[in-house]
Amino acid sequence: MPSTHDWINEPLAVVEGMFAASQNGQSSGWEAKAVEFFVEQLKEKEAQSLVPSLNDVPLHYLKPNSLVKFRCLIQDMFDPEFYMGVYETVDPSTKAKMLRCGKYKDVTESGVDLNSKSTVTAERQTFYCVPIPGENQWAKDGYAATTSNQGRAVPSTSYVPSRQKRSYEEDEEMEVQPQKQKETHAGSQSATEQHGNGDCKRQETEAPSSQAASASHLDLNFPLPGEKGPSCLVKVYEDWDSFKLNDTLEVYGVLSVSPALSALAEEKDAFLDPTESMETAEELRVHCPPASLVPRLHMLYGKRVAHNNPLLPHASLEESSAFFSSTLGEMAAVRAELLSYFTHVLLGDALAAEYLLLHLISTVYSRRDVLPLGKFTLNLSGCPTVSSYTELLYQIIQQLVPSSFYLAMSLQNMNQMRLVPKKDYVANRLVSGALQLARNTSLFLDETQLEQGQLDATGVRNVTALGNLISWQKVDYDFNYHQMEFPCNINVLVASEGRSLLPSDCHIHLQPQVAPPRMEEYLSSIHLHPQASSQLNKFRVFLGAARLLDYSISEEVTKAVEDDFVDMRKDDPQSISADDLHRLLVVARLLSLSLGQTSLSRDSWLRAKHIETLRRSRMEQHKSVNGNEP
Amino acid sequence: MSSPASTPGGRKRGRNANPATRKSRTFFFFNIQEDLHISVVYLPWIVPNEVDMSSPLMYGTPSSTPRGGTPARQRPDLGSVRKAPQVDLHSDQPNADGTAASEPNAGHRLVIWGTDVNVGTCKEKFQRFLQRFIDPASTEDENAGLDLNEPLYMQKLEEISVVGDPVLNVNCRHIQSFDAELYRQLICYPQEVIPTFDMAVNELFFERFPDSVLEHQIQVRPYNALKTRNMRSLNPEDIDQLITISGMVIRTSQLIPEMQEAFFQCQVCAFSARAEVDRGRIAEPAVCRHCNTTHSMALIHNRSLFSDKQMIKIQESPEDMPAGQTPHTTIVYAHNDLVDKVQPGDRVNITGIYRAVPMRVNPRQSSVKSVYKTHIDAIHFRKTDEKRLHGVDEDGEQKLFTEDRVKTLKELAAKPDVYERLSSALAPSIYEHEDIKKGILLQLFGGTRKDFSQTGRGHFRAEVNILLCGDPGTSKSQLLQYVYNLVPRGQYTSGKGSSAVGLTAYVMKDPETRQLVLQTGALVLSDNGICCIDEFDKMSDNTRSVLHEVMEQQTLSIAKAGIICQLNARTAVLAAANPVESQWNPKKTTIENIQLPHTLLSRFDLIFLMLDPQDEAYDRRLAHHLVSLYYQSEEEIEEEFLDMAVLKDYIAYARTYINPRLSEEASLALIEAYVDMRKIGSGRGMVSAYPRQLESLIRLAEAHAKVRFSEKVETIDVEEAKRLHREALKQSATDPRTGFVDISILTTGMSATARKRKEEVAQALKKLIETKGKTPAMKYQQLLDDLRGQSETAITKELFDEALRALADDDYLTVTGKTVRLLA
Repeated sequence: MPSTHDWINEPLAVVEGMFAASQNGQSSGWEAKAVEFFVEQLKEKEAQSLVPSLNDVPLHYLKPNSLVKFRCLIQDMFDPEFYMGVYETVDPSTKAKMLRCGKYKDVTESGVDLNSKSTVTAERQTFYCVPIPGENQWAKDGYAATTSNQGRAVPSTSYVPSRQKRSYEEDEEMEVQPQKQKETHAGSQSATEQHGNGDCKRQETEAPSSQAASASHLDLNFPLPGEKGPSCLVKVYEDWDSFKLNDTLEVYGVLSVSPALSALAEEKDAFLDPTESMETAEELRVHCPPASLVPRLHMLYGKRVAHNNPLLPHASLEESSAFFSSTLGEMAAVRAELLSYFTHVLLGDALAAEYLLLHLISTVYSRRDVLPLGKFTLNLSGCPTVSSYTELLYQIIQQLVPSSFYLAMSLQNMNQMRLVPKKDYVANRLVSGALQLARNTSLFLDETQLEQGQLDATGVRNVTALGNLISWQKVDYDFNYHQMEFPCNINVLVASEGRSLLPSDCHIHLQPQVAPPRMEEYLSSIHLHPQASSQLNKFRVFLGAARLLDYSISEEVTKAVEDDFVDMRKDDPQSISADDLHRLLVVARLLSLSLGQTSLSRDSWLRAKHIETLRRSRMEQHKSVNGNEP
Repeated sequence: MSSPASTPGGRKRGRNANPATRKSRTFFFFNIQEDLHISVVYLPWIVPNEVDMSSPLMYGTPSSTPRGGTPARQRPDLGSVRKAPQVDLHSDQPNADGTAASEPNAGHRLVIWGTDVNVGTCKEKFQRFLQRFIDPASTEDENAGLDLNEPLYMQKLEEISVVGDPVLNVNCRHIQSFDAELYRQLICYPQEVIPTFDMAVNELFFERFPDSVLEHQIQVRPYNALKTRNMRSLNPEDIDQLITISGMVIRTSQLIPEMQEAFFQCQVCAFSARAEVDRGRIAEPAVCRHCNTTHSMALIHNRSLFSDKQMIKIQESPEDMPAGQTPHTTIVYAHNDLVDKVQPGDRVNITGIYRAVPMRVNPRQSSVKSVYKTHIDAIHFRKTDEKRLHGVDEDGEQKLFTEDRVKTLKELAAKPDVYERLSSALAPSIYEHEDIKKGILLQLFGGTRKDFSQTGRGHFRAEVNILLCGDPGTSKSQLLQYVYNLVPRGQYTSGKGSSAVGLTAYVMKDPETRQLVLQTGALVLSDNGICCIDEFDKMSDNTRSVLHEVMEQQTLSIAKAGIICQLNARTAVLAAANPVESQWNPKKTTIENIQLPHTLLSRFDLIFLMLDPQDEAYDRRLAHHLVSLYYQSEEEIEEEFLDMAVLKDYIAYARTYINPRLSEEASLALIEAYVDMRKIGSGRGMVSAYPRQLESLIRLAEAHAKVRFSEKVETIDVEEAKRLHREALKQSATDPRTGFVDISILTTGMSATARKRKEEVAQALKKLIETKGKTPAMKYQQLLDDLRGQSETAITKELFDEALRALADDDYLTVTGKTVRLLA
C-alpha cells in the first residue's frame, strides 16, 4: 500500500506527530485537530472501505495499532477511567527526559517517570461493545463485500505472525486450533481463580451470585444465545455522554491488542498490591479480558448509525436524498412484488400479507411523553401447526431484514431464558438478555410453541417483560436494588394459533386459501422457490428505505380524517374508539410510506380504512372461535 | 489498634530515616530528595525534637498541654499525612499563594509543602470556629437537644466528654459560612487540614476537660462538603480533594486487616524493630542494627499493628442518572470505626478524599498500563434513606436550582393561566380529561404538611389520593405511566401482580449474615412521592387492606418475625380501576361498578370516571388531537407544551419551598362550602358531606395555592378546590336512581335512597307477617311471593334477603334454611 495510507496503518504516528508539533509550538487543541484529521480522511467513501473491519476480518489478520472499524452495539458501559494523557519518560542510559502522549494507547513506553510534574491526567470512558445482535448473514456478507477485499490486503503485506497464537477464530473449521488456545486460557485463568479463592473470594459478603464461580471466562456476554464474533472494549475520549446503551455505532479506532493488557491481569500479585486484590476475580476477568479475545479499540471517530442495512447509504444527506428519490419511483412496483410474495408465503392470504408488510416497515419514530408512536406489533393468529410453518415464516423474514431473532415461547424457554438484562454486581457488569436488541430488530415470538403448564416466577417476569416491550417499547433492566427503564425500538411479531396472550397493536387471523390436505405440499413448495438474490435485494432496500422516509399530513387531509372520525362515531359510537383511531393513523402512515408517498393522501386514508374494516370483520367472525377474546 | 506510643504530640513518631514524602498536586507520590533547595520542616506532631523550637510552628504545640493517657489513633483515611513537610514561603516563592503570603503576622509564613495551608493560622481559625460558631436556624436532627444560641460545637465537645465517643462531625457548610478561606483550604487540602483540625480540637478539648479519658483522641469528620456531586461529574480535578457524593451501596467486602506498622524481631539477638507501612509496602530491615546480622529480621504478626479496612462499592443513585446510560460505580474504602457502618442497599452520602493511584509497575515489564485506579477514602457516611423512614428531612431532599431556573419558574408562576398551562402540559398525549389532569396536578403538588402531634392527632395527611375508574382503553394506564415517570419517587405496581408484602415491607434473612433485614415495598419506597397502582380492582382484599392505614395515617405498621416498627409512607396514591363488568354500567353506582369496599373509597379525595363522552364536538377535538400527534415534528411539540423537565422542576420547587397557609377569607370560604355541602343533603334527609370531605377541600385548596407559588391560600384556591371536588363527586357519587349527587354512596357504599328503600321493604314485610296472624313459622319462598304480590315495585331476592336480615337484626324473626320463624 502506498504511503498515503499511513494513517490507516499507523494512526498513532499521525497522532504523535501532532502531539510533538503542539509541544514545540504553542498551538493548543492538537487533540481536536487530530480527530478532525481522521474525520476528514474518512469523508471519502473509498477511504472508509479501505479501513478493515473487525466484523469480518479475523482479529489475527489485523495489524495491531492500525486503524480498524467496528459495527457494534453498546452492550455495557464501564466506569470512566483516568489515564496518563501526557507523561514523561526517562531514558535509562542517557537520562534524557521526553514527553509522550498517552492518548489512544493502553500501555506506556518504558521508563515512565511517575513522579514527573508534567504528567497530565485525563479521563476516558470504556464501552463494552458486541456485534449487532441478531444480524443476519446477508447483512454481514453485504458489509464484508464492501470492505474486506482491501481489509485483508492491507495487513497481509505487513503481517505479524507472532500474533497468530491465541486468536479467536470465527470459522467453524478452525475450531480445533482455538480449542487448544482455549485450554491455555483455561490454565492461566484457573490460576487466577485459585488465587481469587485465596485472597478475594473470602472477602465477599455479597449474596453469592449464581454464576459467580462457574461462569465461563469465555462468556462474552452476547445478548442472544449462539452469537459469534468479536466483542470489543471501546475507549471513548470525547463526548461519551452522547452515547447511550444499546446504540448502534460504527467506530473507527486504533486497535490495541497488547499482550501486556491480559498479562497484567493474569500475573497480578495480590499480596504486593492490596488495592488490586479488592476486585474480584470475576470483575477482573470481565473488565480486563485477554486482549486476544476482546481487543481494545481506541475510538478516533464514531458515529451512531440509523440502520444496519448494507444496501442503503449510511452517509450524508445529499447522497441519501439522491438515493431516495431514485428508489421512491420504484417503490410501488417493488411493493406489489413483495406483496404477492408474502401472499404466497402466507398461504394465499393477501390481507395478512398486507399487514405483515406494514409491520416490517414500522418503527417508533417519536415518543410523546410515555407513548411510543409508530409501533405496530402484529399478532398473526391462526398459524397452521403443521411442519413448523412458523419457523419457515421466520426464515423468510430473516432473509429480508438486517437483524432479527426467533424466540420460541415454549414453557421451558419462558421459564429459563434470560430476557431482561441484569446487573451482576460481583463481576460489575450488565449481564445481557435476549431483549437487549438494537433498534429495528425484528423479534419473532412463536407462541405456537407454548403448551399448557405452569410458568414459574421467572416465566411470569419474562412474559411481563414481553408485554411491557410491546405496550411501551421499553425494557426494565434489573439492577437488583432497583429497575431502570431503557426505551427500545423492536418490531415484535407474534405468531400464534389463537389470539395471543400478549398484547398487540394489531391482530389478524390467518385465512389460508390452501386446503389442509395440500398444506404440506404447499409449504414444501415455498421452500423450493427461494427468491433470486437480486429480487431479495430489491425487497431489502424497499423495507429499509420505507422506514427512513419522512412523513407528514397536510391540513386538508387532517380535516378529512377528523370529519371521517366524527362521522363514524355518529353512526355507532361503539364502532371506533380512540385506540382504533390511533391504529388507523399508524396503518395509514405505514401504507403511505410503503407506497413511497411521504404525505398522507385521501386515497391512502380510504385504503387504510378499507383494510382495517376487512380485518375487523374477519376478527368478528373469529370471535366465537377464540378463547382469548374478552 | 491504637498506638501505645504516647508522644507529646499525641501522634505517632515519624522516623528520621524516612524521607519526607507527600502527594503532589500532580497526583503522584513525590519523593522530596535531599537536593531540593527548599527548606523542609517537619510538622510538630511528627518529630518534635527535630523542630526548631523558635519556629512559629511551635505555637501551642501539644507539648504545652499534657493529655492524660489518651492515646492517639491513626487516621488511615487521610493517607500518609504524617510526613508532610512545611515550607518557608520566602525560599519557595512559586508556592506562595496570595492569601497565605499576605498574612500580617510575619511568623505565619510557613505553609505545608504544596499547599497554602499554614498550620498555626489554620488551627487558630478552626478553634475560633469551634468556639464561636452558632447556627440558630439549625434543623438537623442530630443537633436536637442542643441550645441553638450557644456555640454549637462547644456543646458537641461537651457531649463527647460525657458520652466518650471521640468523633466530632463538622458540617462543612458551617465552616463555609464562618470562614470561606478555611473552607476552601479544607476542600482543597483535606489531607493536611483535617489533621490540623484534629490537633486544634484536641487542644481545645483537653484544655476544657483535662481529666477526661477517651478511647483515643478526638477525630474531626467533616461532612456535607458543598462539592456534593453525583458520581458522574467526578473528574481528574477532584483528585485529592474533599468531596461528598451520594449513591447506593451495592457491595461490601469483609473486614480487611491492613498492616499499619510491622514488627520485626531479630532471630539472633531478639532485637526488635518497627517499620511503618508506606503505601502498601514494608521496608524490611536487611540488617539487625543491634547485632549486625544480615537478613535475620523476621516479621512477628502478633505484635504488628493493623487497622480495619473495608471495601465498599457505591453505585450512582438512579435519580441522578441521565436516561439511557448505565450507572457508574466507585470504590470506597472505609477505615477503622467506619467499617461495617453501611450495608448493601443503603443510600448514603459519603464525604471523603478522592484518590487516584497509578497501576503498579510490574518489575518484569517495561511498559505500564497507563490507567489509574480511583477510589474514595471515606471520612464520613450519612445514610439518606434512614432518615426518610424515620422523620421529616429537609436538607437531603433539597434539589438545588440555579438562579436562572428559579427565575423562569417564578415567571411562569406569575402568569395568570399557570394552572391551565401546567395541567395541559401534563401528559399531553392524553386527550381532554381536563379535570382529571387538574386533579392529578394538584396531587403532584400536595397539600401543606401539618403537624398536630402536640395535640394528639399526629400528622394530617397532606397527600391527595386519586382513583380513576372507567372503561378499559381510556388511557388510564398511560396517565399512570406518565405520572410514574414524572415524579422522582414514583412507584408503579399493578394490582394483579402485587402482594401485600410487595406493597408494604417484608422481613428477609440475609443469607450471608443470617441477620433479619427489612426490605421495603412499593408504598414505603414511594414515601414523599406517588404510588401508582394499576388494576386496583384486581388486587386481593388482603392486599388492599394494608392501604387503609397508609391512605389515612400515612404510616405502615409492621409486626413480623420479631420486627415491630412503624414506617412512614407519606405517599399519595394514584389508582386506576376497571369496572367489574368490563364496561361501565351507568345504571349502577360507582361502588357497584368497581366493587371496592367503601371504607377504602372514602379515603380517596377525588374519584374520577374516565368515560367515553360520546358527543360530536368531543369526537372532533379528539380526532384533531390524535392526528396532530401523528404528524407534528418534535420541535412543534416542544413549542406547544411546557416540556417535562420544566414541569418537574416546577413541582419540585413548589414542594420544597412553598408552604401555603389558609388566609382568613379562605377559611371562611371553606366553612361556607362545607356547610353548603351538608345542606344539600339535609334537604332530602341524607348526609352529603363528612369532615373527610372538608379535609380534602383544604388539601386541594392548598395544592392549588402551591401551583400559584402563593404562601397564602386564598378564595380562588378554595373556589377551584370546590369546583374540582364537585366535578369529581358529580361523576362518581351520582345516584343512578335519582340523579342526585350522594356522598353516602362513597362513604357507606350505598346511596341514601337505596337505604331508604331497604327500610321500606323491611317495614312492608313486617306488616305482611303481622297480617298473617299467629303463625310461628313460614315458608321462605311463600313469603317472598306474597310480598311480591303485595308490592307495586319489583322486589328482588337480594332486597328481600336484606329486609329479612334487617328484621332478624331487630330480633323479630330468625331464618333457618327455608323457613322463617317469628320470635317472641
